Amino acid sequence: MIHFVILISRQGKVRLTKWYSPYQQKERSTVIRELSGLILSRGPKLCNFVEWKGYKVVYRRYASLYFCMCIDPDDNELEILEIIHHFVEILDRYFGSVCELDLIFNFHKAYYILDEILIAGELQESSKKAVARLIAAQDSLVETAKEEAGSISNMISQAI
Amino acid sequence: RSEAPIPDPFWASLSSSSMAATSSAPSLVDTLFQRSLDDLIRSLRSSSSSSVLEAAAITRALDEIRREIRSPDLDTKAVALQKLTYLASLHHLDMSWAAFHALELLPSPSLPHPRVAYLAASLSFHPSSTDLLPLATHQLRKHLAPSPANTPALVAPALHVLALASSADLACHLAPDLLPILSGQSSNPLRPKAIATALRALAVCPDAAPVLFKPLVDCLSLSSEPSAVSAAVSAFCELALAAPDPSPYLPLAPEFYRLLVDSRNNWVLIKVLKIFARLAPLERRLAVRILDPVCQLLRRSPAKSVVFECIRTVLSSLSDHDSAVRLAVDKIKEFLASDDDLNLRYLGLQALAMLGPAYLWAVEESREVVIRSLNDTDTNIRHQALCLIMGMLRESNVVEICNLLFKYAMKSDPDFANEILDAVLATCGRNVYELIVDFDWYVSLLGEMARNPHCAKGDEIERQLVDIGLRVRDARPELVRVARDLLIDPALLGNPFLCRVLSAAAWVSGEYVESSRNLLELVETLLQPRTNLLSLLVRAVYIQAVFKVVTFSFISFIKQIQAFDTKSSADRNSAFENENDVATADKAVIFDSIDNNETIKHESLSHLLDFVETTVGPLSECDNVEIQERARNVLGLIHIIRETQYWDIVAEHELTRDKKISEIVELMEAAFSEELGPVSTNAQKRVTVPEDLILNENLSDLAEVLGDIDVTPCTSISFSLRCHHPTETKEDSAPVIEPSSLLAEHRKRHGLYYLPTEKDEVESNDYPLANEPLLAVSHVDDAKDIVKLTAQSFIPRKAKPTKPRPVVIRLDEGDGDSSSGLTMVKEFKDDLLSGAIRNVLLGNESKPSSSCDMSSDRTSRRGENDASNNNDLFSQPKESNALDGREHRKSSSRKSRHHTRHKEKNGSLGNEDIEETSHRHSTRSSRHQGRHKHRERGDAPPDVVSQEPVIQDFLL
Repeated sequence: MIHFVILISRQGKVRLTKWYSPYQQKERSTVIRELSGLILSRGPKLCNFVEWKGYKVVYRRYASLYFCMCIDPDDNELEILEIIHHFVEILDRYFGSVCELDLIFNFHKAYYILDEILIAGELQESSKKAVARLIAAQDSLVETAKEEAGSISNMISQAI
Repeated sequence: RSEAPIPDPFWASLSSSSMAATSSAPSLVDTLFQRSLDDLIRSLRSSSSSSVLEAAAITRALDEIRREIRSPDLDTKAVALQKLTYLASLHHLDMSWAAFHALELLPSPSLPHPRVAYLAASLSFHPSSTDLLPLATHQLRKHLAPSPANTPALVAPALHVLALASSADLACHLAPDLLPILSGQSSNPLRPKAIATALRALAVCPDAAPVLFKPLVDCLSLSSEPSAVSAAVSAFCELALAAPDPSPYLPLAPEFYRLLVDSRNNWVLIKVLKIFARLAPLERRLAVRILDPVCQLLRRSPAKSVVFECIRTVLSSLSDHDSAVRLAVDKIKEFLASDDDLNLRYLGLQALAMLGPAYLWAVEESREVVIRSLNDTDTNIRHQALCLIMGMLRESNVVEICNLLFKYAMKSDPDFANEILDAVLATCGRNVYELIVDFDWYVSLLGEMARNPHCAKGDEIERQLVDIGLRVRDARPELVRVARDLLIDPALLGNPFLCRVLSAAAWVSGEYVESSRNLLELVETLLQPRTNLLSLLVRAVYIQAVFKVVTFSFISFIKQIQAFDTKSSADRNSAFENENDVATADKAVIFDSIDNNETIKHESLSHLLDFVETTVGPLSECDNVEIQERARNVLGLIHIIRETQYWDIVAEHELTRDKKISEIVELMEAAFSEELGPVSTNAQKRVTVPEDLILNENLSDLAEVLGDIDVTPCTSISFSLRCHHPTETKEDSAPVIEPSSLLAEHRKRHGLYYLPTEKDEVESNDYPLANEPLLAVSHVDDAKDIVKLTAQSFIPRKAKPTKPRPVVIRLDEGDGDSSSGLTMVKEFKDDLLSGAIRNVLLGNESKPSSSCDMSSDRTSRRGENDASNNNDLFSQPKESNALDGREHRKSSSRKSRHHTRHKEKNGSLGNEDIEETSHRHSTRSSRHQGRHKHRERGDAPPDVVSQEPVIQDFLL
């Protein structure tokens, strides 16, 4: 299973973290520090796998962003690379040629998208279309709910 | 804006009471002028230039959030929570303090609020640290219930939180609520999420198995959506991999087989292959059955990930089937040959490493590629290649490969050079140098290793140099030569990493001085001015070596004269003449004349003594006591020699008549004649316990003092005189006083640090026999049937080594423990690791937090009860019976369906049914054993074993 997903920028800034195994806050910080040191220092044309504390970290760089996933030693590295690519493609489709800023300002949306693809450290939806459809449906629901809430509170405030 | 209505009075009262308690209630201004998430991100970005500014901005934002999050206005609260989530997930802030505020947002009727709350919870909650989540049980249940109001946008995050953060209790309580989604409409987009959540619930709380397992199995069926099948397969893969004994999953094999043959989805195929890799070793017929589809996939699949998984499955579980392994090895070669894709090369090397010793030919075949990979730019690939090469090492090729590796070490960067040296040292030193035949070569390799500019492995080289000196008598001359070369090089003295190596070299050349060819040169080397760069302890070793050299030269001088005495006096006189001439010549010439091969002259010995006296003299005033003491020893010895009455007499033959001199000679010979030997790791046990010593008493006192301090094993070699007296050997077999229960307990806890018990009998103190090359023999056996395949085999070469292997002293079996002890430590670590992984999978049950302890206690207690009690927790007994009945019918119908399919597929297997049922019986009996075991280990943390019995009830 996937133990965690981390997105780090080339400057070492964390852009997204998702922990599927229980890590305490302190452990999380050390893990990120160690891994960003390990991965960012690797040259461009090396293999995408790093052995780390008995686990394997599969990473891939897209533009200035490193997508890293930590897996068990008997998991399939190539499969994880495909999952990373899958995630990036869906992000790209959703934001329309995604860039780092999109993830910075819509961090919760990035999380919701990731949640549609992975749950409890397992891939759960392998169809890009289905994910896009689900996310769009959620977005529209949330939008209408916001509008409604706005109108209700307006009504109440007017009443008061 | 005004406060949104809060539907649940419980929450309302809680939030208002928490508000009343706070001193600084948020004002309306906070609500009106609240910064949005975007504002926060912008301000952080504008201050990201310096870490101080950024920290200040974060602190300010946090202060704001602390105020805003207490606001009665849910919108304000939600925005504050969102901001906090952002800070927590990307700037590693602790947000556990806000857990309650997140829960406050859950009941809000406005969809964005609970979504924000669930996101915050799923990112920050932690099963062991969050005790608040049970408060939300009711709300979670409400959100999971099938109702039009509960849109996927709301349920999905709820499931997510449940999957990531639920404790065992919560999982048990909410497991029935997952059922409507799990077994509901197949098109429900929430179904895959519910499956993953159910997997986590099962892992956290095995008691939920009766409720959840059956719907999970149903998800595998043909009618399910592909995404549900994929999620279910992932779940089973996870369960089967985590289970210590995967046999309960065997009955599901037909379903998985169908997927393996029919599915076109690579994700599913990979997971199914993983499951079969786990199941196939349990059941031979299953292995035969999947062989064909796996090979098909291996040949045809365009996806490298699937191919790699097939390779892995074949190598790990189908390695009995030669044709499949052949195919897999061919694919590995393809991987290795892909020059442009480093990933494939890395995985290829990794797959080669998975091949057991029985398939060495495969590694040999790819030898070129592996060795070339040592030069790769990627450290991972180099590391893999190095591991593989070390695995290839045999008695026959050890010289060739080690020389090659040594050359690579010279060329590569410091880190990898040391990795290579480390690997070579470890492999060659393994099990008392079992691989080494030519010790002269190995010793000189050790010397060269020390000269590698990057070498930081001085400690291990030191250990091996001394160890070989002690154990291999035939290697000593070469050892002394290597030591001389190391000592004589002034450039090495300044290197702090080599300090230890030089210390070993000095000790070796002192201890085995009789093999030294030029004593004066040796003394000069040991006392060269640059030795003051060495650490004090190493200098002490140097001086002690000088002491031994002086003793040796004096003794041999005297002995030589005694031998001379029998010769004619004419000879002696002419020798005198020569010597007088030499005395006038300059020092260097005299020094050169002292050579072990020639005779030691009185004059040259005297010069040696002079030289030692002048150089060691100042050291007798040294601050360090070790050096001071040894220097004084040396000076004292020289003084004694000089004191002898006739030292100044020119006639050498008169020296021997001096009683005192012969006494000194005898004394000093006695002091150094005993040969130092290696100490058995079991030596401690041979010490008989004095009768008046009561071990128990002392130790019970000690235990209080020491507490939990671990006794670290002493790995360094200690020197002691070897005893060869048969009487002592007899004493060895005297019964050792049994350790107390306390000791036994300590041994149980720290067994690693104790000497093995069962090796008492094998010990023998006689001079050891030559080391039997056991490994090579077994290797020949293993390789017998593949001899034809390996063209450049090493076996024939091994049959006639150029020279016989010298005797290596091996005291007893326990001697090898120094190496096997290391591997034991390693295994122990690995065990912890796999345990940790299992803990992660099982939701952290063995972590020492109070809530978890409680839950694990509870589950284990429950495990002891009758199985029917389990069902009571979830449903009424009647219902569960009815359910059971249904299950039986369903599963039996499924069974028969499978059987008919089997028959269709393979008509010749007529007795399949019988076999199948018998194997079901066997799994059932193994299940009983499993349960029995579980009962025995009363307080062991519950593992997957405990859930298996319940699972079986539904499958059979």
